[in-house]
Amino acid sequence: MNMLIKVRKPLDLTESDVTDQAIYKERRKFIKNSASLAAMSLAPSFAMWPAIGAANINFENISKSEYSTNDELTPFDAITSYNNFYELGLDKGDPKRNAHHLKVKPWSVLVTGECEETGEFDLEDFISPAKLEERIYRLRCVEAWSMVIPWVGIELGPILKKFKPTSKAKYVEFKTILDPENLPGQKRNVLDWPYREGLRIDEAMHPLTILAVGLYGKKLPNQNGAPLRLVVPWKYGFKSIKSIVSINFLEEQPATSWNLAGPKEYGFYSNVNPEVDHPRWSQKRERRIGEFLKRETLPFNGYADQVASLYTGMDLKQNF
Amino acid sequence: MLLPLVLLAYRFYSEGFGANPIETINRYTGDWALRILLLTLAFSPIIRIFRWNNVIQYRRMVGLFAFFYVCLHLTSYVVLDQFFDFRAIIDDVFKRPFITVGFSAFILLIPLAVTSTNKMVERLQYRWIQLHRLVYLIAILAVLHFWWMVKIDTREPMIYAIILAVLLGFRLFFYLKRQV
Repeated sequence: MNMLIKVRKPLDLTESDVTDQAIYKERRKFIKNSASLAAMSLAPSFAMWPAIGAANINFENISKSEYSTNDELTPFDAITSYNNFYELGLDKGDPKRNAHHLKVKPWSVLVTGECEETGEFDLEDFISPAKLEERIYRLRCVEAWSMVIPWVGIELGPILKKFKPTSKAKYVEFKTILDPENLPGQKRNVLDWPYREGLRIDEAMHPLTILAVGLYGKKLPNQNGAPLRLVVPWKYGFKSIKSIVSINFLEEQPATSWNLAGPKEYGFYSNVNPEVDHPRWSQKRERRIGEFLKRETLPFNGYADQVASLYTGMDLKQNF
Repeated sequence: MLLPLVLLAYRFYSEGFGANPIETINRYTGDWALRILLLTLAFSPIIRIFRWNNVIQYRRMVGLFAFFYVCLHLTSYVVLDQFFDFRAIIDDVFKRPFITVGFSAFILLIPLAVTSTNKMVERLQYRWIQLHRLVYLIAILAVLHFWWMVKIDTREPMIYAIILAVLLGFRLFFYLKRQV
């Protein structure tokens, strides 16, 4: 239901991609047939379909990244059972319980706005045949807890460049899937759906900013924002928008969901900053999931060396 | 009245407290402190409406259990959550409105707990009744504490607010009736 535009444009693909693409188109046709067959036989089980999308994404030989932290990993169970993903419910345990309500196949992303290559693109166009990297990042939630997550993904910058953003593209806006029929959390207007987030273009192009498709060497579980999510490790977790269906290049700063919900509590930038308290709780320290004592929160979540220069001259207390 | 603690222990053995056990314990003890506190306010309307006069003998016990769960909740915050970081705690109490009201509710409960003995009831007489009317304010502060804590979904604190409004509404109703 999320896509109205039928136009399909290929990205700039190299020659080696051509075969993949052809096979993929064939498979696509087959899937469409089997989909209608499944519907007719009243057995529309997603599990029975040949896997698309993620099947094209190669989770073998994932390369390590020099950007990874050496911090001890948060256990897989914690990462996948303690989630803020309001589309799947408001309690931390809800997203895992309701994970099956998120339909990730097929998946496409609509690219619009200030760029030359607009259109609707399949997940595979984004990710395959890109070489996936493991990026072990700290994740700091605005609620003052944190995790260390081995994401599998690719840098966002080179992907964005494929769409040839124009000189007017100053910001990038992302949207999460809108599917109130299936997503239990979207039946109520706790947030103004669809969930929206945004980055300044230089933040989006920064090498630390990635699109993740997996964690712990496997496909991303639905509750963690499958099949495609943003990860911006120096910002509070809610900036790392999940289950992305739309990317929009803009000249003006886009409105973002939590900022709309609580402008005094959640800023557009939302860089991790121990000096700026949330109005209702301190941001000086955080509880790393699995640890008893709280630890000090670091400016930019410990990524200051890499990203602080993006904000030189800016008052980060004003632009929280 | 100890059943919530038994259930908590059972939950710990059967499934654990999840990824953030301290948060789980904090929320759990807070939930039950608020529930039992509201239960103490249900006695007088129940007695007036159903004329179950002998339930009154349990009110003091329930009130003291409310205090007990508030103490557990506070202990969980001071020991588990902040681990005796008194600077952070003082910061919280003065800077975070939801903690300010929660802490005030605790402070106000202390004199009520202290004056709950038979001796004190006799000694204070009418002033005892006046003093224990503080519980109305305490209950309001407790609901506010919950309401201001939640990020965006106020459904649950709203349920407690409605229950509290009904319980206080009864009192207003009986009071006005007496005036007429």
